[in-house]
Amino acid sequence: MAEIEIDTRGETCPVPLVECRKALRKAAPGDEVTVLGTHPASKKEIPMACKALGLEVIDVEGKDDEWKIKIRR
Amino acid sequence: MTDMAETADKAVIIVHSGDMDKLYSALIVGNGALAMGMDVSMYFTFWGLQRLKKGGLEKGPLSKMHMLGLGKWMIKKRMKAANVASLEKLMNDYKELGGKILACEMTMEIMGVKADELRTEWIDEYGAVGTYVNEARDAKITLFI
Repeated sequence: MAEIEIDTRGETCPVPLVECRKALRKAAPGDEVTVLGTHPASKKEIPMACKALGLEVIDVEGKDDEWKIKIRR
Repeated sequence: MTDMAETADKAVIIVHSGDMDKLYSALIVGNGALAMGMDVSMYFTFWGLQRLKKGGLEKGPLSKMHMLGLGKWMIKKRMKAANVASLEKLMNDYKELGGKILACEMTMEIMGVKADELRTEWIDEYGAVGTYVNEARDAKITLFI
């Protein structure tokens, strides 16, 4: 199982969502993908996307404008 | 890599306008739908198709307040300050996430656009209205931009 981290800090819509999806596509089942970001809407929308993709969000931490989301592929 | 969703919902967007801001809308919705697990097709026609010409992606005017290019220059400056991605990056992301591009053959004929003038590496299929209808008939989202 690999741990992958992607940094979208400073990026705005739709880049955090898109980079998250790109990383999830490259990850293998069971891998943990951590997304760092500062775009407030993406903090809500990345978990929405994970739900639609049937993936588990392990953890969301931080403020709306500085957050970290951990997802299991 | 395999896709996660077993049966993906679909979004189909007609890109009729070649205006810069509308191209942003189309590509942002397209990328967002791909990121949220949908299949996406974008059907480029009329002035939208002109943006698929080599070097044409960023050429479009603003739909409002273009002001001979002054408004566009101002908006681009503000987009740069807000770190908004370029249309080129959004298009490359769209293709990387498996988005499809359909090019309108009738537009090519009436506007005299030759296939070798276009970014053919982006285009998955050339077709007419039947191609759009076939794509859209089982789509959950269809937009005309």
